[in-house]
Amino acid sequence: MKWKFLLPAAIFAAVAVAFAVGLTLDSQRLPSALIDQPAPQFELPPIAAIDGGDPYGGGFSSRNLGGGVALVNVFASWCVPCRVEHPQLMSLARDHGVSIFGINQKDKPENARAWLERHGDPYRAIGADNDGRVSIDWGVYGVPETFVVDAEGRIRYRHVGPIMERDLTGTLLPMTAELGP
Amino acid sequence: MRAWAVIFLSVLVLASGTQRAGAVEPSEVLSDPALEERAREISQGLRCLVCQNQTIDDSNAGLAKDLRILVRERLMAGDSDQEVMAFITDRYGDFVLLKPPLKTGTLLLWFGPGAILLLGAGALARFYANRRRQGSAGDGGAAKPLSETEKKRLQSLLKNGGEKGNNP
Repeated sequence: MKWKFLLPAAIFAAVAVAFAVGLTLDSQRLPSALIDQPAPQFELPPIAAIDGGDPYGGGFSSRNLGGGVALVNVFASWCVPCRVEHPQLMSLARDHGVSIFGINQKDKPENARAWLERHGDPYRAIGADNDGRVSIDWGVYGVPETFVVDAEGRIRYRHVGPIMERDLTGTLLPMTAELGP
Repeated sequence: MRAWAVIFLSVLVLASGTQRAGAVEPSEVLSDPALEERAREISQGLRCLVCQNQTIDDSNAGLAKDLRILVRERLMAGDSDQEVMAFITDRYGDFVLLKPPLKTGTLLLWFGPGAILLLGAGALARFYANRRRQGSAGDGGAAKPLSETEKKRLQSLLKNGGEKGNNP
């Protein structure tokens, strides 16, 4: 029993390691309950017409998904971090040919249109989620959030918060490449 | 002193009689008081995901309000409490539940503290059992009698208030 005096030190080391690991975890980042689940069934109208013009964005429903790998991006003109991620979305759509669908959450039609006009429109189709119900079906708790949906229409990944350059090169591009066109 | 006790008790009685107000807005409240009571109870068990240490019943966040209304709609549609909870956890996972469910992944969470307490009590019991055994065996520890020289030294200490040179 000569090693017994080491016991307190060993317990301390174990607790220290557990705390160190705990500190590096981001408590704000929550796992999605929907990973590897089929995307929810939904039907969203386009961004409403203003001043007698045409509606914008074409609307977005679950029928749009499942034809190939796609990103689903929840955005709004009132969302400040959305502006930070917008250049990355533009680059994904323009330079890498990734299909992005937009859920425009609780936005005013005129604001949403002005935003897309000023910053560019990377979306293949946009649906307006005026009461936030479809966002709840997707398990969204903050804007922006982005989902990777595979060719079978299953949710494979969720990104919470703005997509930065490093998320693009580190996660999203390798993932969309791996899942196929 | 007695006045303070009276004030304290009356505050307690008053506080226990009133329902906590929460963040529920008058327009959200259901006309059926029994359903509303169930909605409040469910809401108080659901975490607001935006401000993570509040319930959706307490939070003013937009998502919390949407979820409160959703809970009430499900109840109006005839869902049981369990069905409403399942509807929310299907979308947001077990993390929205303020009381975590008992399953293999949460065993450590539920029983960890009790296990550590038992471990500590066991170690303490062993420590005392060892000490008692050593004491009664007379081969060491507290029960060992003083030797002749030790007795002499003790006597001189008691008499003189200490050995010369050690006094301050």
